[in-house]
Amino acid sequence: MNNGDFILKAEGIYKSYRMGATDVEVLKGVDLCVKKSDYVAIVGASGSGKSTLLHILGALDRPDKGVVAFTGRDLSRYGSGELNRFRNKMVGFVFQFYHLLDELNVLENVFLPTMVSKGIFGWFSCRRRAEKRAGELLEQLGLGERANHKPYQLSGGERQRVAIGRALMNEPSVLLADEPTGNLDSATGNGILKVFEELNQAGQTIVMVSHDERVAQRAGRIVTLTDGKIRRT
Amino acid sequence: MYKIILAIRYLLKRRIAYFAVFAVALCVFIAFVVMTVMTGLVRDFRQKNHRFAGDCVVGTESLVGFTHYEDFVEILEQQDFVEGVSAVIKSYALVTPDGMEDNYGLEMMGIDPAMHSIATGFGRSLHHRKDDVAKAFAPVYDPNLPGFIVGIDRWLMRDSEGKYTYRSRPSIASLMVTCFPLTAKGALAKVGAGLVNTKTFYFSDTSHSGLARVDSSMIYLSFDQAQMLCGMGEPVKRTNAIHISFKPDVKLEAGCGRVASLWRSFKQEKADQKYADLLEKVTVQSWKNSRRVFIAAMEKEQTMMTAMFVLVGITTVFIVFVVSYMIISHKSKDIGILKSIGVSNANVMLLFLGFSFLVGFLGSVIGTVGGWRFLVHINGIEKWLYDKFDYQPLWDRTIFAIDEIPNTIDYKVLGIIILLAIAACLAGALLPCRQAAKQKPIETLQVSQL
Repeated sequence: MNNGDFILKAEGIYKSYRMGATDVEVLKGVDLCVKKSDYVAIVGASGSGKSTLLHILGALDRPDKGVVAFTGRDLSRYGSGELNRFRNKMVGFVFQFYHLLDELNVLENVFLPTMVSKGIFGWFSCRRRAEKRAGELLEQLGLGERANHKPYQLSGGERQRVAIGRALMNEPSVLLADEPTGNLDSATGNGILKVFEELNQAGQTIVMVSHDERVAQRAGRIVTLTDGKIRRT
Repeated sequence: MYKIILAIRYLLKRRIAYFAVFAVALCVFIAFVVMTVMTGLVRDFRQKNHRFAGDCVVGTESLVGFTHYEDFVEILEQQDFVEGVSAVIKSYALVTPDGMEDNYGLEMMGIDPAMHSIATGFGRSLHHRKDDVAKAFAPVYDPNLPGFIVGIDRWLMRDSEGKYTYRSRPSIASLMVTCFPLTAKGALAKVGAGLVNTKTFYFSDTSHSGLARVDSSMIYLSFDQAQMLCGMGEPVKRTNAIHISFKPDVKLEAGCGRVASLWRSFKQEKADQKYADLLEKVTVQSWKNSRRVFIAAMEKEQTMMTAMFVLVGITTVFIVFVVSYMIISHKSKDIGILKSIGVSNANVMLLFLGFSFLVGFLGSVIGTVGGWRFLVHINGIEKWLYDKFDYQPLWDRTIFAIDEIPNTIDYKVLGIIILLAIAACLAGALLPCRQAAKQKPIETLQVSQL
């Protein structure tokens, strides 16, 4: 299998953080390959570097050493504009704490990535289409009636579904989810995982980080991160 | 588009932003009101000085004066760019009111009222003879008597509203005027030389130039009388100044330049004549330069005011800095979210600069509307304060030569104030915005940061 067959490929990823006077090495040569339509769960104990790896895969952070390639192209060779476009169109992030903008309503939060990618005139020309797509996503996620609500008016599970809608708005190649059920009760978390399963069945590539083995079991493939290295795939 | 929407929502949803808007509005309000009044005062003062001096003054500081002025007046009168020419005697006089032993010193101007009214705004400053300036020195109660015109503040008192109470017909009053005749060499003319230096004049009119110093210390006599009293009529006629007004389409600098050129030629022509040395001391000045010493004091006050508002502006910058810093600190999560969906550093910076622009713009609009409303009613407010609370008016009209507080809006000044207010807001927000742009999304989205 050559590089081009993988949608995301990480090779020899090293990452350390400075904590006071000492350097803490979080990732110590991680290799990971993700194919199109994969549903990968990265599991590991707290502080094992799962989230750091996910951030590096989504170009929110840079590795100290190693290469992350998206469809065969090294992310470190991307210019800042290309990286912004990559984050906007190629990947969609879902965070543990939803991270919605309080000033925007549900519909606006969902179509925000499209609005961000357009200028004022570009936005006016595609606004109806974007609103329609955001409305459809909310319908799919069971939030059709909540479009005009503000995030603080929603439950945790609903907020997370809004965050999923936002992540999917620009039809990204990869959905990156960081502990998507970590802040939800079991029943609500199951609902979110069900949404992920449905998306994956429809062909969406998903990389999910979780500390919970039971959550990880719902994924197609489990990767375990221990002491900064991949132990089992 | 998201930048505009978010900037507006941040402004509307964050109460601290209202304080910043209020601070900007207050600064704009104060700057707008004070600068309008101050600019109005300076403009008014300049106009009054312009009316008093005409467009150009050919003259000397020396009380001795200069000779051959009649020839130069004739040359000037032949010029197509000249509207009016008036030779003026300027000196000092000792004045003794009729039937009294006390006397006091005044500045004295000798003028031909008809000519001086064409060269300057003198005619409009009169009360009784405004419509018949040529007879300004002919008292209405007896036109055959030698008359004097006096600065209004020497003759009448202002009431608290700054108004003068004129009599419909002036009562008979006379002054004994004594001058100090000087020879062409600058020495006091010898006693017994046949010179008349004391004469009685009768009240003819008042002059209200609007210039406090002039109106409180000036007496005007006819040119011939003044020339005689100052010993400037014999053996060669002398004067102290020639006031000139230009045709309306002539620019001040161009007109003064042409007069200066004429004066240089005239001086060369007269170089070999007697008393030609007196011509050397004569200067040609525009009214601005001629009255510079008086106008400069007022302009300096305005400059000081402007400097004070620069300090106010710096305070605004600091307030906006603090508010921006606080808001950006509270919005670090939003910055992380925006960056995670592909917003660039520059656009994060523009978003918060847009917020600061809105603070400046909204504050400016509120301050301008408030200031405009206040200025429209400023004279009414002052009068109301005086009527209700016996509050001493802002400008004591018995001292300041203004009828009303100037409230004509100078749109250029207003535009500058608004632009500076917005610029101050942007300057205040620049540092926090840069900081926002530099924030790393993984740091702001960490669980520990929430």
